[in-house]
Amino acid sequence: MSVTDAPPAPDTGPEVRRPSTRRRLVPYWLLLPGILWLLVFFALPMVYQASTSVQTGSLEKGFEVTWHFRTYWDALADYYPQFIRSLLYAGSATLLCLLLGYPLAYLIAFRAGRWRGLVLVLVIAPFFTSFLIRTLAWKTILADGGAVVDVLDALHVLDVTSRLGWTENNRVLATPLAVVCGLTYNFLPFMILPLYTSLERIDGRLHEAAGDLYATPATTFRKVTFPLSMPGVVSGTLLTFIPASGDYVNAELLGSTDTKMVGSVIQSQFLRVLDYPTAAALSFILMAVVLLVVTVYIRRSGTEDLV
Amino acid sequence: MPVLRLLRRNLVVIAGLLTLAYMILPNVVVMVFSFNKPNGRFNYAWQRFSLDAWKDPCGVADLCGSLSLSLRIAFWATLGATVLGTMIAFALVRYRFRARGAINALIFLPMAMPEVVMAASLLTLFLNMGAELGFWTVLIAHIMFCLSFVVTAVKARVMSMDPRLEEAARDLYAGPLQTFLRVTLPIAAPGIAAGALLAFALSFDDFIITNFNAGSTVTFPMFVWGSAQRGTPVQINVIGTAMFVIAVAVVLLGQLIANRRKSRAGK
Amino acid sequence: MTQRQTAGGDVRLTGISKTYGSFTAVRPLDLTVPQGSFFALLGASGCGKTTTLRMIAGLEEATTGTVSLGGTDITGLPPYKRPVNTVFQSYALFPHLDVTENIAFGLRRRGIRSVKKQVGEMLELVQLGDFAHRKPHQLSGGQQQRVAVARALINHPQVLLLDEPLGALDLKLRRQMQLELKRIQTEVGITFIHVTHDQEEAMTMADTVAVMNGGRVEQLGAPADLYENPRTTFVANFLGTSNLIEGEVVSAGTKGAGTDIVVAAGGGRIRLSAGRCPAPVTSGGRLLVGVRPEKISLAHADEAESITDGRNRVTGRIVDSSFIGVSTQYVVESPAGKALQVYEQNIERDTRLVPGAEVVLHWNPAHTFGLDAGQPMDAGVESVEDAA
Repeated sequence: MSVTDAPPAPDTGPEVRRPSTRRRLVPYWLLLPGILWLLVFFALPMVYQASTSVQTGSLEKGFEVTWHFRTYWDALADYYPQFIRSLLYAGSATLLCLLLGYPLAYLIAFRAGRWRGLVLVLVIAPFFTSFLIRTLAWKTILADGGAVVDVLDALHVLDVTSRLGWTENNRVLATPLAVVCGLTYNFLPFMILPLYTSLERIDGRLHEAAGDLYATPATTFRKVTFPLSMPGVVSGTLLTFIPASGDYVNAELLGSTDTKMVGSVIQSQFLRVLDYPTAAALSFILMAVVLLVVTVYIRRSGTEDLV
Repeated sequence: MPVLRLLRRNLVVIAGLLTLAYMILPNVVVMVFSFNKPNGRFNYAWQRFSLDAWKDPCGVADLCGSLSLSLRIAFWATLGATVLGTMIAFALVRYRFRARGAINALIFLPMAMPEVVMAASLLTLFLNMGAELGFWTVLIAHIMFCLSFVVTAVKARVMSMDPRLEEAARDLYAGPLQTFLRVTLPIAAPGIAAGALLAFALSFDDFIITNFNAGSTVTFPMFVWGSAQRGTPVQINVIGTAMFVIAVAVVLLGQLIANRRKSRAGK
Repeated sequence: MTQRQTAGGDVRLTGISKTYGSFTAVRPLDLTVPQGSFFALLGASGCGKTTTLRMIAGLEEATTGTVSLGGTDITGLPPYKRPVNTVFQSYALFPHLDVTENIAFGLRRRGIRSVKKQVGEMLELVQLGDFAHRKPHQLSGGQQQRVAVARALINHPQVLLLDEPLGALDLKLRRQMQLELKRIQTEVGITFIHVTHDQEEAMTMADTVAVMNGGRVEQLGAPADLYENPRTTFVANFLGTSNLIEGEVVSAGTKGAGTDIVVAAGGGRIRLSAGRCPAPVTSGGRLLVGVRPEKISLAHADEAESITDGRNRVTGRIVDSSFIGVSTQYVVESPAGKALQVYEQNIERDTRLVPGAEVVLHWNPAHTFGLDAGQPMDAGVESVEDAA
């Protein structure tokens, strides 16, 4: 048995091994197909769209890049009401989702006990029916003369909402309220699941500890539970707000011409009017606004580890 | 008052159950109206009970064709997105490489983008390339937007996996391929399955991106959209109800089997 | 059956080292582990012991140097081609396989079809016969540990590597498993290389212990030898507790001739055998004198006359005492050192020995060791606390 520190390495040094080239290339081979797919079918289209937005021309003569930035200005001037409406509706729906979704997520995480699995299934189950079919069902639920409208009318709720401009003439369908209601309904699961995930991680003993340290249930919620669920709140609101802001299905199916959102405009410019530059410009503005909102929101809430 | 106190104690439970009711209500309406016999073309008001639609679910032109097209697209999109996404997830968790930040951003952005923006820009690309819109353009689009979700799901699972398990396999005479097949894949399977399931649901139910890039091809959501304009056949509700019932049954059956296996293993 | 047990399987590390970027985990080191021995690599976390083990397993590529097994160079072989198996820290049992399939994993990978008999024998060896079809998460920590040992041993490796195998167990179970691992090793006769930060564990189980610190081996030897004759302050402090007293050499003595070194420290004189001082000694130079707490006897100052002549003595005052059943531990403040430790067996307790009492510490000069005064006196002290 012997142990000695090896003699100091001579100038030539012992052979130093490096990981083989083949091994170093493994991650790149794994990444290549998927990343290429995203580059060609996600990033490259953005470039094409940017170029389209500064083109002029017509369908017959073809389009050409003329750096015509006025398109952006014209598009905004023509469609700013739809823009503002989109952000307003999406924002309201997000807030409603948070208010409605939090109790349910809390219920599943802490109060459901052995029913937890069943409630979770019930939250996810509606997904399995196409969302368009379910959205159409709201037409029945909110129909004029239906039970919901009658009850709201009898309770004089509709008088209040009509005064606020959310409903008109004692009907709900084809009003902003219907659109926001549809948006809220469609994106609720996107709020509940992240909320549930972050609530579920909270150690139940923290509640006991807070109680032991003289916190009332309300204080415990405000000082312990809610701050710890912030990651869920942030990702939930983003997962709700982003798709809601670009959605046009709810506005088209449950709203009227007065509730059109920017998604509808982009869709009709692209698919019906065939004014590609305007459609591209609108789409770009929407993207910029959403990215801006998301960035500011993530910065302010201080959770950058969402990805 | 005891009743009031009970109410206050369970305020969260009551509010949560009300939200749950709000979420389930449309499904109930869809189910009930699958037994309706409407007057006229639209199925929005209750008339009288009938089993007609259930007896002949494919009785409307193009409905079952669009359904099978949607299923086919969802199948291939799931396969493609799951394979590509799993590969990316493994690379992200297990290896060091350059440009990690840029790659993370490229994966995150599709999830942070309103669908209509991706739909419109992808259409610009296809128009510029002169691609013929149809099955293939829809499939390409679906793989693209499902990819990021698969990466996220698989990444979470692989990250929680102990790298020592693979070392143990290599230590016990398993070569790289054997290690992957016998240890890595089985342990990562729940994450991959979750990603695949999510991809299938997203692809099958997608409307906005499909609507832009399908040309004259009609998927099931597009069929429903079109019928909202022309008239909603009761068969739509039949299909919606059937999907709901099958899915819930499969989930519950799965849980039942898992529970039984657990209790048996515990003996 | 492909028995891989072969004769003549010393593990020989030659100039092996590992660097990560600019960080050196293991400095070039030479080490030979004879076949059939129970060898322990002991050190605090980050000392390079686990990296050394992983280089033997093939899980880490050595930056320089070679690993050979029974004369064959295995440096370039991947782990799945080395006749070496590992018991991992926290076991790394495959969660999706039951106990039987976990144990059979290695055999199956080598294409052996009928594994039932061997798995049965292994389950007997580790006393887990009734648990063959449990999943790992249905086992207790001690049972998981035994599955991990069985899973490695069934392959009849030439060397079994154990990476902190008992770290996750509670104290009582750890004691029990130490004895059990020792039993298994004696039974199968395979070379065990055991990595641990627990000095007691290393000393209980191993025939030979290598103490590692900062990526190099500080000292290597039989447990008793390391304990009685530490060559550095790190070893003196890391293995058990040492009282180190710095003093000036009055008489250098000569090795072999039987004359003692005499050191002036704390107002008195301390004698030690020249053979027990590895450091160079010159008259007038500085020297660290060490003695283990249990070797010291404690007498009340009033009884000082009754101490036999020829014993080393240091006077002081008790500042703290704690009763721990078999013994009482005293902390004594003295001119020789601020906090000298003394462990007294609880046989005939002198009730005067309470904090504040003036005492004389005395011990047999043969129990004294000397160390080079050029090294930090408290090396290895904190590491023990960190590891615990």
